[in-house]
Amino acid sequence: MTVHTPHPDLPPPTLSVGVLGWLRSNLFSSPLHTLLSLFAIYLVYLTVPPIISWVFLDSTWVGDTREACSGTTGACWVFVKVRMNQFMYGFFPESEYWRINLAFGLLIVLAIPLFIKKFQHKGKLAIFILVFYPIITFQLFSGGNFGLTPVETSKWGGLSLTLILAGVGIVASLPIGIVLALGRRSEMPIVRSVCVVFIEFWRGVPLITVLFMSSVMLPLFLPEGTNFDKLLRAMIGIALFQSAYMAEVVRGGLAAIPKGQYEAAEALGLSYWKSMGLIILPQALKLVIPGIVNTFIALFKDTTLVLIIGLFDLLAIIQQAFADPDWLGFSIEGYVFAASIFWIFCFSMSRYSMALEKKLHTGHAR
Amino acid sequence: MSETDNAPRPSEDSADLTIEMRSVHKWYGQFHVLKDINLAVTRGERIVICGPSGSGKSTMIRCINRLEEHQQGQIIVDGTELTDDVKHIDQVRKEVGMVFQHFNLFPHLTVLENCCLAPIWVRKMPRREAEAVAMEYLEKVKIPEQARKYPGQLSGGQQQRVAIARSLCMNPHIMLFDEPTSALDPEMIKEVLDTMIELAESGMTMLCVTHEMGFAKTVANRVIFMDAGEIIEENEPHEFFNNPQSDRTKLFLSQILQH
Repeated sequence: MTVHTPHPDLPPPTLSVGVLGWLRSNLFSSPLHTLLSLFAIYLVYLTVPPIISWVFLDSTWVGDTREACSGTTGACWVFVKVRMNQFMYGFFPESEYWRINLAFGLLIVLAIPLFIKKFQHKGKLAIFILVFYPIITFQLFSGGNFGLTPVETSKWGGLSLTLILAGVGIVASLPIGIVLALGRRSEMPIVRSVCVVFIEFWRGVPLITVLFMSSVMLPLFLPEGTNFDKLLRAMIGIALFQSAYMAEVVRGGLAAIPKGQYEAAEALGLSYWKSMGLIILPQALKLVIPGIVNTFIALFKDTTLVLIIGLFDLLAIIQQAFADPDWLGFSIEGYVFAASIFWIFCFSMSRYSMALEKKLHTGHAR
Repeated sequence: MSETDNAPRPSEDSADLTIEMRSVHKWYGQFHVLKDINLAVTRGERIVICGPSGSGKSTMIRCINRLEEHQQGQIIVDGTELTDDVKHIDQVRKEVGMVFQHFNLFPHLTVLENCCLAPIWVRKMPRREAEAVAMEYLEKVKIPEQARKYPGQLSGGQQQRVAIARSLCMNPHIMLFDEPTSALDPEMIKEVLDTMIELAESGMTMLCVTHEMGFAKTVANRVIFMDAGEIIEENEPHEFFNNPQSDRTKLFLSQILQH
């Protein structure tokens, strides 16, 4: 009888691993790749150092007036610094800034336990955040009760307005989208047609049109004397518009769930809503996290369009600051600032979605 | 149809009859899949259904828990007639367990959660009790140590045994098996068949669509042969294999038993 002895593992050749191996396989694997790599390095050399010196090295950070920036070749961040309050809070009365701070601070404090693994009551807390937190925030922003001075929505603005629009849009569009997606796959013809018409209508019109309709046309159709808030109308418009997109994303996820999952849930005696809620949706939503977050990011950036109906979100309020005769000619700084804020929020959402995908992955093949 | 026909029937009517199919017909569009199926199953009976693919055997057992709708005839399960009435369907599904060819475990839930889900949400059992029941059945199918894993981490044979345990957790009177070993590697077929044999010994009513003729010989009380949507022949296994009546059955048996 022969005995099989396994061959011992040998170390790999030196040039295939480590820094050298990486460089060789990724940058200099062929003459063409070498040429392209060198060209790319040259481009980086051309662009990155000037940007760094404009943003950091040659820029001005201290001072309160335009004069502080005279004579520098870099960015004048003093402009952003002086206007910072307006960029964050819009035209909210300065004495009431604490209310906005409190609202966002409260959200952060409430959200922290959601990220603590051992915390037991995540579901209850999430319901509290979704149901009661918006009421508290609304009270804090608009005032009028509990001895708070009323602040009209036209005074809301800046980053806080952007976050409110995006937050309401995100929180409303996901559930509406899920219901629409389920409706579109329903076997009941009336439910299905209503959902199809709704989705196709909202997907077929540009968001700008929706916002215009909501602010200019809608009041013409409403009976005289009914007046509801412009901001509210914009929120509803954004939420319905994005929910149509969300519905299609979710529908993609639903279609990807094998028929066997529906059958197994049915065979166990689960009702339609239970099998959707416990079996199908958790899997479908997990599959389409990238698509959902994609829609959220698009929504976040689309909130800038409210500018055209006279609401001053972050971008609008920054643009409005360019017109200040004391600070003419600092639009680049303003736009760079706006872009970085948007980028930070969108990038965080993107990273969060990747972390979530990883966390929810249960190692199943199908 | 009158009110009384729809209502659950009193049990004395069908002493120990548990499933009754009376001239059941079904069509997929123009295609006539089930043709005049008549079948009576008594409590504790173990029936193996075989036949060439496309003969309607899966469709037939899927009609029993209404995963497929029949268009003509009557199906009565445990005294409840299957109609469009959702209450009747739910009633039947509570009592009838099903095991699928592709296991159909829920990949986002652990093995234990897979087993507890229906008892908790359909039977309204407290979680603790449901987990105890689930562990009991996982022990019966000999994989209690996998309870905290996800289905994707198990082999095919283990997954199918979990699927059997999941059905048993609902404490069904009847178990339907739809080709439970067809998607398994040869090495894993035995562990699943062993589990099924054990289940058969416990007195469960079983209807099993399978190509495992060895299983049919040892376990079944009755073998049913279907072709082109009809029941061609039924008999107790010894007679069925040694003395088939129809030509179609003889041909089928000669083809599967040659190797």
